Amino acid sequence: MMLIPCPYCGPRNQIEFTYGGDATLRRPAPDAPESAWVDYVYLRDNPCGPHDELWYHGAGCRSWFKVRRDTRTHQILESATIDPPQPADP
Amino acid sequence: MTQSWRLPEGGAIDRSRPLAFDYDGTRYEGYAGDTLASALLANGVHLVARSFKYHRPRGIHSAGAEEPNALVQLARAARTEPNTRATVQELYDGIVAGSQNCWPSVRFDAGAIADAMSPILPAGFYYKTFMWPPTPKWWLKYERAIRRAAGMGRAPGVPDPDHYEHQYAHCDVLVIGGGPAGLAAARAAANAGARVIVCQQSPHFGGHLFGIDVGSIDDRPAADWVDGTIAELTERADVTLLSRTTAFGYYDDNLVGAIERLTDHLPSPPAHLPRQRMWMIRAKAVVLASGAIERGIAYANNDLPGTLLAGAALTYVKRYGVRLGTQAVVFANNDGAYGAALGLHEAGVRISAIVDVRQESQLGGALPARARATGLVLLPASVIARARGRLRVSSVDVVPRAGGAAKSFDCDVTAVSGGYSPAVHLFSQARGSLKYDPMTASFFPDASPWPIIPAGAVNGHFSLAEAIADGEAAGAAAVERAGLHITGSTPAPPTRRANPVAVEPFWAVASHHRRAKSFVDLQNDVTVADIALATREGYQAAEHLKRYTTLGMGTDQGKTSNVIGLALLGEQLGLSIPEVGTTTFRPPYTPVTLGAFPGHAQGPHVEPTRYTGMHAWHEEHGARLVNAGLWKRPHSYPRPGESEDAAANREAHNVRENVGIVDVSTLGKIELQGRDVPALLDRIYINRWDTLQIGRCRYGVMLREDGIVRDDGTTSRLDATHYLMTTTTANAVSIMQHIDRLLQIDWPELDVYATSVTEQWAAAALSGPKARKVLAQLVDIDVSNEAFPFLAVAACRARIANGDISARVFRISYSGELAYEIHVPSSQGRVVWEAVLDAGQAFGIMPYGTEAMNTLRVEKGHVVIGSEIDGRTTAADIGMEKLVNPTKWCIGKPLLTRPALNAPDRWQLVGLTAQRGAPMPRGAKLVADPDRATPNPTLGHVTSWCFSPNLDAWIALALLSGGRSRYGETLWAVSPLADAKVRVKVGPSCFIDPSGERLRG
Ligand SMILES: [Zn+2]
Repeated sequence: MMLIPCPYCGPRNQIEFTYGGDATLRRPAPDAPESAWVDYVYLRDNPCGPHDELWYHGAGCRSWFKVRRDTRTHQILESATIDPPQPADP
Repeated sequence: MTQSWRLPEGGAIDRSRPLAFDYDGTRYEGYAGDTLASALLANGVHLVARSFKYHRPRGIHSAGAEEPNALVQLARAARTEPNTRATVQELYDGIVAGSQNCWPSVRFDAGAIADAMSPILPAGFYYKTFMWPPTPKWWLKYERAIRRAAGMGRAPGVPDPDHYEHQYAHCDVLVIGGGPAGLAAARAAANAGARVIVCQQSPHFGGHLFGIDVGSIDDRPAADWVDGTIAELTERADVTLLSRTTAFGYYDDNLVGAIERLTDHLPSPPAHLPRQRMWMIRAKAVVLASGAIERGIAYANNDLPGTLLAGAALTYVKRYGVRLGTQAVVFANNDGAYGAALGLHEAGVRISAIVDVRQESQLGGALPARARATGLVLLPASVIARARGRLRVSSVDVVPRAGGAAKSFDCDVTAVSGGYSPAVHLFSQARGSLKYDPMTASFFPDASPWPIIPAGAVNGHFSLAEAIADGEAAGAAAVERAGLHITGSTPAPPTRRANPVAVEPFWAVASHHRRAKSFVDLQNDVTVADIALATREGYQAAEHLKRYTTLGMGTDQGKTSNVIGLALLGEQLGLSIPEVGTTTFRPPYTPVTLGAFPGHAQGPHVEPTRYTGMHAWHEEHGARLVNAGLWKRPHSYPRPGESEDAAANREAHNVRENVGIVDVSTLGKIELQGRDVPALLDRIYINRWDTLQIGRCRYGVMLREDGIVRDDGTTSRLDATHYLMTTTTANAVSIMQHIDRLLQIDWPELDVYATSVTEQWAAAALSGPKARKVLAQLVDIDVSNEAFPFLAVAACRARIANGDISARVFRISYSGELAYEIHVPSSQGRVVWEAVLDAGQAFGIMPYGTEAMNTLRVEKGHVVIGSEIDGRTTAADIGMEKLVNPTKWCIGKPLLTRPALNAPDRWQLVGLTAQRGAPMPRGAKLVADPDRATPNPTLGHVTSWCFSPNLDAWIALALLSGGRSRYGETLWAVSPLADAKVRVKVGPSCFIDPSGERLRG
């Protein structure tokens, strides 16, 4: 079981968290073409190595935050709060 | 005649405490400190088992957790346990155990016919034979017969009387293994200021030193060094010593699972003690001092009882004071086995010969020299070609490796050593790579991304001095890896292996006896010939070989056999052992009782139970409760003598005729506050929200990003910047998480704060034509249709028995009747519930449960998560396309235009009425012609069904291909499993009051 460093609470057991997928995805603009939406909804990279991803500390502070995890070893290289605010709002 | 094979003195057993035990119906005696295996051997019992596949007689093979043969059934009433390894089961007074996998007895086993039939039972036999005829029916027949013949032992037939507990622990350095290397590591780490936990598999620390005199440390006897170190560690508050504790699994971020056995060695376990304790230890660094496991050599009939690993033979002689037999042959490819030969000799076992595969020139070591000086017969460059005997080995045929005539040596014990395999299991589980060392013909730990440091024999340091030096170095290194400031001694430099135990790689003696089997894996009856056959048939990868032959499976997971199998595979393929590689080492290292995994989380404690504020009332009033997720909800309130169905029908009918009340506290409730709540709602609901006035509520539907319906519910505007969202019971948690994500990641600029208040509010829905009259008695606001119309919301005071309390009233309807939801703080749920019932008494009020609620919503055509909102339906599919606001964006909307989501044959929500009063079969699918040959095209399926007491008919909601264009058609609802078919008429999904006069009236 991974030990996930919540930037707000410190290291906690994986069971307190929910995985949130690729942290680099940005929701397309509302008028973006359908192909952009298909990419956003369905297509994911599957990197072998470091992966930037989102985690949710549901059984803790209820914060979403970013984690860089090595997909080969499950080693967490770093974690960070969500900021600065991300653009591309509808 | 008891313990006639016990030596007159010696061994770490307590001769002042004899223990009686029963094996296969015979009474024996042993001593405190014995294992079941050592006590059996002390009574001359070698034959204890029949093998898995061929039912061949088998004896005790090892002296530890790696035992492949001596798996016995422990008869302990409800505590009976199959596959107990006799070699680790501590003897206690009155133990009753017996052989398994044999009938009628271990000496005469009818199943041994399998051995005679073995030419037709080759590797992959099941795959080859039982795949014909190629229909599942035949396989099911075969499987029943195979199951009877296979399998080991019997599972208990009654619930486990024991309890198990979990213990989380944190430490700086976890030391796995309490032998010399582990103890040295623990001491070094503790001296440097680390918090240390040491896990020791057996009851005693000291590893192979325990009870075996193997020299000295710092000019003291080794046992004194062990005792002194234990005493030193016991003194320290920051060191935890766990004996009878097996570290069985290594998980991410240095989490190690360990199982501590607390009562398995006690004749009558005290009720207050857990049988076992599962430790989950989060360590900053781990020292793996797990030692090495001896392996055998394959030769014909190498499975006869009396054949032991050489180290085990020495252990039984020295630690347990057991004279194993009268005369022994030792067969080896390394110096280590000579220690066993000398030990047996000293115990009065005549050594017929030491058969060594190595050349004369390689036998210059200290131990071979001692053996020669003692006058033992050494046969260099020789092998055992074949063992003879029936239920016990009686002689072996020895031939020179170069070829020549066989010479027979009588023996009732054969001690074999084919080298030592480091116990790398946990290192491998820690994603550690292994390296092959030709000098010792073994895999050693190489590198792991995690801070796990091997020490001692697992790291190739077999001599005592080296193991201790390596342990000290590993302890210091672990302290450094744990990131601690070192307060004590400086870390020692890593030790070099000065004196490796040179092993001549030798795996199997070529057999010239076609019918005589040479076993590689004793537990799974895998022979040298099986491996050759599998290789010829194309199973040439290590993992394929394992699955085809079952090599390395079972309770021992091939601890004594895997490397031999891989080496033979390599020989077959002309590859080196590292090129063949190993199979994956998976947890658990040794079998773990299933009860230990849940611990106390069993029965009602598997997960939390959630109760609403009215729960006690429901129980007191005869509600039949059902689970709704973690919640307990009333299904119905049957009266004495009334069936549940009749009760639900009565309750549903009463709602349409008079008035009813249902507990809806389980709905997800989320408070939303801030200036931008309407903006958020507009983005997550398909309909429009910026127009919602204070004191009003609205129904909304949420989509997933892909356009499929996610959830539905209402949101009310309580005040200018204060909203309350309700979600379905099922999605309460996921919608909260969804909103958190949107507000924290996607739209942090929105001024919205969201909090789950599901637990804080109790809620009851009051519905029926007389609901207004009841409510008017209860609240201090005007509830007339003009003052409080459909979808109105208000705060008010509600009268209760002793005064009044704050409440919120919402005019929303799930039943389709005039209805109100009343929300009060959870602690007030019961008093308000009772106040409503009091007020409603004059109007015929009845409580109703989830079953009546379901009937009412099916009659009304309301969809529900899981049935109609099934993760595949769009808003249009469930008839809500008009709700999608065309002027604004929302989550899921951009992909709604995809052609497949708008195809005319989409499955759409319809209502079905069963013809001729037939009940709707569960899980029915819809077809045009029920008698058509399969595959009969499916037009749709029934999603919800009920008997409608208000329509006096069986009705259903269904998803039907092009459903809205089929109103008036007659189809068939069929359930091939229930062998049922019913004619149904298709119509709109709403059966009652389609124009909504009742709920608006
Ligand atoms: Zn947190």
